Amino acid sequence: MRKQQGIFNNIDWVIVGIYLVMVLLGWMNIYSAAYNPDHASIFDFSQRYGKQMLWIGIAFLIAILALIIEGDFFSGIAYIFYGITILLLLAVLVLGKKVNGARAWIDIGGFSLQPAEFAKFATCLAISKYLSAVEFKIKDIKSVAPIGALILLPVVLIMLQPDVGSDLVFASFVFVLYREGLPGGFLLYGFLAAVLFVFTLIIDKVDLICALMSLCFLSYLILKKDIDTTIYFTLLTIVSSVICLYFLNHTITIFLSNTIGKYITIDSPDILVYLAFFSMLYMMINVLINRIPKDTWLFLAPLAIAIVMVFSVNYAFSHMQQHQQDRINILLGKKSDPKGTEFNIIQSKIAIGSGGVFGKGYLEGTQTRAKFVPEQSTDFIFCTVGEEWGFVGSLIVIALFLVLLIRIIHVAERQRSVFTRVYGYGVASILFFHLAINVGMAIGLAPVIGIPLPFFSYGGSSLWSFTILLFVFVKLDAYRFQVLR
Amino acid sequence: MNNKFAERKYVIQAIFIAIGVLFLFRLFYLQIIDEDLKIAAMNNTTRPITEYAKRGVIYDRKGNPLVFNQVAYDLNVDLKEIKNIDTTELCSLIAISKEQFIDKMRKLSYADPSFQKQISPETYAALQEKLYKFPGFYLQKRTIRKYPKPIAAHVLGYVGEVSDNLIKKNPYYKSGDYIGTLGIEKYYENDLRGQKGVKKMLVNRFNRIIGSYKEGVYDTAAVDGLPLMTTLDAELQEYGEKLMQNKKGSIVAIEPSTGEILVLVSSPTYDPNLLVGRKLSETYTALSLDENKPLINRATLGQYPPGSTFKLINGLIGLQEGAITPETRFGCNRGYTVGNFHMGCHAHFSPLDLREAVQHSCNAYFAATFRASIDKGSESTETRFNKWRDYVVSFGLGSRLPSDYLNQETGYVPTVKYYDKYHGKGYWKSLTIVSLAIGQGEMSVTPLQLANMTAAIANRGYYVTPHLVKMVNDKPIDNPEFHRVRKIPIDSANFEVIIDGMYNVVESGTAAGGKLKNIPFCGKTGTAQNPHGDDHSIFIAFAPKDHPKIAIAVIVENAGFGATYAVPVASLLIEKYLTDTITRPQMEEKLINANLLKSKNTGEKTAGNFQ
Ligand SMILES: [Zn+2]
Repeated sequence: MRKQQGIFNNIDWVIVGIYLVMVLLGWMNIYSAAYNPDHASIFDFSQRYGKQMLWIGIAFLIAILALIIEGDFFSGIAYIFYGITILLLLAVLVLGKKVNGARAWIDIGGFSLQPAEFAKFATCLAISKYLSAVEFKIKDIKSVAPIGALILLPVVLIMLQPDVGSDLVFASFVFVLYREGLPGGFLLYGFLAAVLFVFTLIIDKVDLICALMSLCFLSYLILKKDIDTTIYFTLLTIVSSVICLYFLNHTITIFLSNTIGKYITIDSPDILVYLAFFSMLYMMINVLINRIPKDTWLFLAPLAIAIVMVFSVNYAFSHMQQHQQDRINILLGKKSDPKGTEFNIIQSKIAIGSGGVFGKGYLEGTQTRAKFVPEQSTDFIFCTVGEEWGFVGSLIVIALFLVLLIRIIHVAERQRSVFTRVYGYGVASILFFHLAINVGMAIGLAPVIGIPLPFFSYGGSSLWSFTILLFVFVKLDAYRFQVLR
Repeated sequence: MNNKFAERKYVIQAIFIAIGVLFLFRLFYLQIIDEDLKIAAMNNTTRPITEYAKRGVIYDRKGNPLVFNQVAYDLNVDLKEIKNIDTTELCSLIAISKEQFIDKMRKLSYADPSFQKQISPETYAALQEKLYKFPGFYLQKRTIRKYPKPIAAHVLGYVGEVSDNLIKKNPYYKSGDYIGTLGIEKYYENDLRGQKGVKKMLVNRFNRIIGSYKEGVYDTAAVDGLPLMTTLDAELQEYGEKLMQNKKGSIVAIEPSTGEILVLVSSPTYDPNLLVGRKLSETYTALSLDENKPLINRATLGQYPPGSTFKLINGLIGLQEGAITPETRFGCNRGYTVGNFHMGCHAHFSPLDLREAVQHSCNAYFAATFRASIDKGSESTETRFNKWRDYVVSFGLGSRLPSDYLNQETGYVPTVKYYDKYHGKGYWKSLTIVSLAIGQGEMSVTPLQLANMTAAIANRGYYVTPHLVKMVNDKPIDNPEFHRVRKIPIDSANFEVIIDGMYNVVESGTAAGGKLKNIPFCGKTGTAQNPHGDDHSIFIAFAPKDHPKIAIAVIVENAGFGATYAVPVASLLIEKYLTDTITRPQMEEKLINANLLKSKNTGEKTAGNFQ
């Protein structure tokens, strides 16, 4: 066994270097966003930049601590740590203090902690531990189920707080599972589910279901290579729909509202409804005449799942809090209200857009100074970057993140330890998701979901948890030569 | 080891990079292409605060202020900031009813945020203390005009709110701005108004001001308007207005050598302090409904037949054209008779020479002179008439003088075209139009033109366009028109003859009642026939005879013969101007007390007697 020469031995300086640069840039932007001319001292602890200075100091201690600890400690402690985190998540539901309508914070010895932040780290460790078990292989749905449970448990607990932002981050583990052998279809289905999710919010559910039914039926016909029927059916449907629409509208409407209308409201039947109605009619006749063909389920099952999803999303959406509904509606372009919820996105875009190529200069951001953008030192810290440093600054920050992510994947891939590799992918995925949602939100490409930009946003909990997440990986990497020796 | 899935690292990295690139495209669009966001940012964070400039002070020729500024506060409302307020308290503070409050709130807009204009100093003090209770309400500092003495209202004009029409035409003006609307305030608007300043203030998202924008580098300071020194003599103007009180008419006095207007009185007048700020529209309506029409500046808008004063011009033309000599005598037997034509005259000895004819204002003499001028030589009547007319026009008659007082009428000197139309081409002769000889008929002049004509005679053949302002910002006014000498094509020797006659008018002629002991002055009375009522009394004069300092024209409407009212008015003003004393308090008192306005109750006039 090689003798350990010091805690900084073998550590990946690229990752550590980027980390240090980001933390420094982050602090500078917080200083600008929270700048108070009466308290300009960077050590003024009444101001956010003063406090962040303290949080950074503590984060460095945490990083060093992570590097000191033995490399195999983390894999050993993974499940225990996961368990403790789950307990904390339960505790926060009971003991937590309510901030902005969510019970997300817990006081421990004077510090306010956000257990959800650490749940990401804990879950990441637990997944790595589970996947690195020698006998484990992702073969089918059944083998993935325990991992799903590992992920879903904290998700459900966080959902109860409720903290949608933190919950979404757990979706990032799909990248980890994909790397470890989860069928590519999951990624695809996940993508399709996301598309369907968005459509559900945009399009009326009746139309959407009708469209899904028609799509399903048409693909069924096409896959059966029954081209003639496809053409005849399409023509028949369109012609009869037009006839119904223009000549028999009333009769058909009464008929439909007496049948389907008992379960779903049909305001005005349109061509999609007729298309779906006739395709289902044709299918039923087909089934009655030919008995049920074996492969029909291949099409009916996804259809059923899609319909269930449409209804559940619709249900969930209508039971969401008003401000969350508004945020999503605005993102989807369904609602415009410049002085209300949309205000934040507009202001954020104005701040970033006004930066131009080179920005307005450090501490010169008018939008930043005037505090137009809410939560600018936390969720909207990217606005400060965009306004004061311009496109060049934004490009540098995004490039830094991409270099970090790719470096982490590169480092993960050089590991002989499956645990470290899986953990590395977990770190990269979590950071990526935060970047995507946070920056996407600031530039109007993602809904307003309050999650921090790693290393940049103000706040102890998030900085510490990202530091732990990253430096445990740095430690595991430095430790790689000791593995299997 | 899951090596068979190792290739998937590329898929994952590709997704990461794809999202990163997508973000960069979006950022490129937002930060470099989309200009709207930059403009939005500018509008977002700054709010222009207007700093109103102080309007220039207007002085008289001796440096006494005629109008200066007074600080006033408007109560304005920022609609974006307004929140639920205690309307009852606010209403009682500014002394308005709840209904008025609702009405005012309805009329508010972002363009015109003014809620209550020119609140009183007491209200201001009370309001200032409690303003924090009414979010959205703020006090805007303005200056309004203040007149230390209620004189020269017509000359100074007034300052009113800028009209919507002008806002469209001139982008400098914004709703609620003040602008000179008449008189000097209008003509010298650009000098007087100064330059509004704008302070760019940084506002937060609640539209609350949090400081100046970029340490004020984009701010423009308000530049105060320039002070003007007018040609008016405030003391003389005040005295003139006092003499003319309760009479309709006007006085225009000019310094002949410079064309500077010393006095410009139009009576009845009004207190200019009434046409200020909040009271303006209300007072204006009341004044415009007054049957004596105090808003009309009779000195420049009133058009009267010059009457006998015009005989001087005909005498001058006759001399210059060689139609007569100073020694030419014409007989007069109670008038001028040619065939069936008869023009009456009063009793006097006969025949008269030119000087005597002026002194006694003989109609027959000037009818004969006029006809001699028109009929001289072999040229056609039209050609001769045009020549005659050129002389008349050279005195500044028949068109607006290029003065700095814009609101003038032209007066009228008939043309060949006019007579051709009226009598038919070739159907009119010198006798047809002989009423021009004595300043009657179609001809008309304004008091300003009459005074200018007098100045031209006093100068023995030239005038400088009469004007009202001599200094702008302590520098002589640079309008070349006000320094240009306009020659009259008549020899100065001819003027001396007429002036001799004018001297005799005052010494022992029709204006002897106005004679001054130590000041030799020259004048000519006139009576303007008024088809609607009593004739107008006219008197023109200048003094002293040599090196004249003042030329004056006085018209008192419906006062009868020229000597009755116009002569004492001119005489008193000349005396006051040249000696700064009044030696005839009795005359002064009678004049001041005379009331020629129709009394609303009795319909009677109370006239004095001055002969
Ligand atoms: Zn006579």
